[in-house]
Amino acid sequence: MPIAETRNTNPKNLISGATGDWEVIIGLEVHAQVLSASKLFSGASTEFGGEPNDHVSLVDAAMPGMLPVINEECVKQAVRTGLGLKAKINHRSVFARKNYFYPDLPQGYQISQFDQPIIGEGEIIVEVGPDRQGEFEEIRVGVERLHLEQDAGKSLHDQHPTMSYVDLNRSGVALMEIVSKPDMRSSEEAKAYINKVRTILRYLGTSDADMEKGNLRADVNVSVRRPGEPFGIRSEIKNVNSLRFAGQAIDYEARRQIGVLEDGGVVDQETRLFDPAKGETRSMRSKEEAHDYRYFPDPDLLPLEFDDAFVEALKADLPELPDEKRERFQSDFGLSAYDTDILVSDRAIADYFEAVADGRDAKQAANWVINDLLGHLKKAGETIETTPVSAAQLGALLDLQSEDVISGKIAKDVFEIMFSEGGDPRDIVEARGLTQVTDTGAIEKLVDEVIAANADKVAQVAEKPSMIGWFVGQVMKASQGKANPQAVNKLLKDKLGLD
Amino acid sequence: MSDLTSLTIAGIREALATKTFSALELTDAYLAAINKANDKFNAYVALTPDKARDMARASDARIAAGEAGALEGVPLGIKDLFCTRGVHSQACSHILDGFKPAYESTVTANLWADGAVMLGKLNMDEFAMGSSNETSYYGPVVNPWRSTGSNADLVPGGSSGGSAAAVAANMCAGATATDTGGSIRQPAAFTGTVGIKPTYGRCSRWGTIAFASSLDQAGPITRTVRDAAILLKSMASVDDKDTTSADVEVPDYETAIGGSVKGLKIGIPKEYRMDGMPAEIEELWQRGIGWYRDAGAEMVDISLPYTKYALPAYYIVAPAEASSNLARYDGVRYGLRVPGDDVIDMYENTRAAGFGQEVKRRVLIGTYVLSAGYYDAYYLRAQKVRTLIKKDFEDAFDAGIDAILTPATPSAAFGIAEMATASPVEMYLNDIFTVTVNMAGLPGIAVPAGLDNAGLPLALQLIGRPFDEAMLFRTGQVIEDAAGRFVPERWW
Repeated sequence: MPIAETRNTNPKNLISGATGDWEVIIGLEVHAQVLSASKLFSGASTEFGGEPNDHVSLVDAAMPGMLPVINEECVKQAVRTGLGLKAKINHRSVFARKNYFYPDLPQGYQISQFDQPIIGEGEIIVEVGPDRQGEFEEIRVGVERLHLEQDAGKSLHDQHPTMSYVDLNRSGVALMEIVSKPDMRSSEEAKAYINKVRTILRYLGTSDADMEKGNLRADVNVSVRRPGEPFGIRSEIKNVNSLRFAGQAIDYEARRQIGVLEDGGVVDQETRLFDPAKGETRSMRSKEEAHDYRYFPDPDLLPLEFDDAFVEALKADLPELPDEKRERFQSDFGLSAYDTDILVSDRAIADYFEAVADGRDAKQAANWVINDLLGHLKKAGETIETTPVSAAQLGALLDLQSEDVISGKIAKDVFEIMFSEGGDPRDIVEARGLTQVTDTGAIEKLVDEVIAANADKVAQVAEKPSMIGWFVGQVMKASQGKANPQAVNKLLKDKLGLD
Repeated sequence: MSDLTSLTIAGIREALATKTFSALELTDAYLAAINKANDKFNAYVALTPDKARDMARASDARIAAGEAGALEGVPLGIKDLFCTRGVHSQACSHILDGFKPAYESTVTANLWADGAVMLGKLNMDEFAMGSSNETSYYGPVVNPWRSTGSNADLVPGGSSGGSAAAVAANMCAGATATDTGGSIRQPAAFTGTVGIKPTYGRCSRWGTIAFASSLDQAGPITRTVRDAAILLKSMASVDDKDTTSADVEVPDYETAIGGSVKGLKIGIPKEYRMDGMPAEIEELWQRGIGWYRDAGAEMVDISLPYTKYALPAYYIVAPAEASSNLARYDGVRYGLRVPGDDVIDMYENTRAAGFGQEVKRRVLIGTYVLSAGYYDAYYLRAQKVRTLIKKDFEDAFDAGIDAILTPATPSAAFGIAEMATASPVEMYLNDIFTVTVNMAGLPGIAVPAGLDNAGLPLALQLIGRPFDEAMLFRTGQVIEDAAGRFVPERWW
């Protein structure tokens, strides 16, 4: 069956080679660890860490006579994910055995799904960007399927001079493999896609999608072609475990293939590995060396079947997803596309923002969250989960500002203190005497002093009214920032005879 | 007290209840019988006398306390395919050398929960692949039956050859067995014992070493139809750990025994009348038909047109599943490991040394039929044949047939090593009447029905509706009542 062309060639995605332009075609297989307390077919814990072989049941170790029993929670997580991907939910799917020998694959086969996966076609809207103008491009990437499968264990090669050890803690942990259509046309798009998948999974709570822990990995399929021509021969880059590496691997592989083709060669259909140290891909095995996995339906497991009610119950409990949240933020709060994209990129950030915005000025809340909070978190190497400033505290800070207790400038200072030392903004303002001076008499005294001490500037401001800013600055400085800027402004205008 | 070992399970139950002897006395009698005879038969590959006595003592205590279970004090032999905690469980394969599981199979756990006593582990064809018990790593089992006037050793059939021989030679009161293509019924037929393969899903497969997962089923081998009913009742259960086990109530099978067969429709499938079938087998079949007619049953000629494809399809499906099921025996975690230069070398050395020839043959066949480019032509087609075979039976039962009567095997027991030079297919033909039942997932029972001209036992097979084992006990008892029981002449 020919693969449908879903994208129009965009000149900005083209790569220029020695003989003309090329277009890169990318499809992704994202493997995400299912968030569940126990493994796909056994009761063993999925907890990260622990001593090697701490979380291994008789089933995971493939002891003789052991049988797999499907974990219903993993099935629910897959269905939730399918719903989140707006994909077809298959009420009947089949587990199949993928047969190959490897020491960290105790059964000698991986239980996976082959021709009858639990989830069928779907679609993901991906925001690519922002570009230099701060604009995002929205693309649509098709999902071919999602299936459930077992993870393998881990071989440890550094424990013994001549032997390898095997850790089966991950053996049997549930993975969702999400297979995209070949709908991406640049490494930027591929990275944005992976990022969007990760966001959706985290919104749904179906995977923590933590690439650092290896809980989200991608196999990247790359081919190149002349614009408008049929798809070329692809190579598959296995097990890429960061966004940055995915981008590097794609760019390197596209260049490599273009080089091969421009030299009159042919691209081999093969499996390759990305070497992050050298920033290059290397051949792992050719098509001829490819495994024959001898898939067949696992006779230990009945076909997986569920009814509409099962799906509907899960649908009813589905959280708001990033696309819907973005729409709501834009229409309800009037936020810009740029701000919304940042806020909805992480469910925890969106929740934080909504808590701050609740009953307050949403745009102001967005500015504080995006510019101040996220900026500080990034600099401090913290995340929204570990933020030292709670949403309630940031909200209180905004309140102090709108109640004219502090000025915007003081608010920034208070935020610094809250971030580095912690504490409630009202307490900080009170303890440090940062309350804004609104007493006109006290401000007037400062204004008079500044005017008296700067006769030359008074003369100049008559010529150039915008110099009032300089006077405001001086008065604010004299008040140590506590004077109400509006009051200062008004008094200066009066006294300097500006209208 | 040597008479104790000739009692049926039903007889033991009565005698223990009336305190004619103790469970410990009974177990000791069996242990003595085994010690005396096992060298000749090679039926047991591991004995658990201490465990047996402990269990028997515990049975005596429960009997004294009035808490006797359904199998209280009954000494059983367990096929080596069942995992038994801390005890030799190797499927009679070299590759599982030294393997003693930390767990107990559901079937055996059910038996111990009902008070049964374990005597030891029984010999079998390696990984249950064979029809003569000659593929065991522990050597062949000798059939207690001999041809009239001959001292030649005969096979007990397979793969449950140790189970069948031990029951026939009074080395256990009953035995567990498993049947993937005939491995309960054929050895039962060869030894004059009763063997039932229940409906697929009736007994849990958890803790039973897998051969072909979609076909494997545990069942008992016993001396009488009633004993088979008693034993199966305890073995069978739905099991959360085996999602292919069936949540269908296990009835009290014993109550079916003695039920009238008057008015029942017994099907006689014409396709089971094979070319070149020995006249003795045809005569036996006709004799069986006569007994049912006499008992008031209606004999109905039926057709099961896809029967002839069952054996070839079976020899695709079973090896395919086996090739995958046996992949876990790789030398990494348990059992035999033969070192090598690297891990691939270690795999190859281990599996080359650990598996016998018949197992290797089936792993190769299975790997081949699942390979890219062959899957559709072999495995997928075999599964379609399987559906058609199932439909044949459904049509017959839908037409009102209550049970189907066929011969159990195409011949009586043959000599040890007699088939050594024969092609594997000749050996496979032993299962010609039994594999269809596994392919359709139906229950089938083999009941001794007579002796051949050489004085060797022959059996008839009854096939029933899914989960209607009760019908097989009811109709099987008719054969036992008419033919009587068959006990080998004691030469050991």
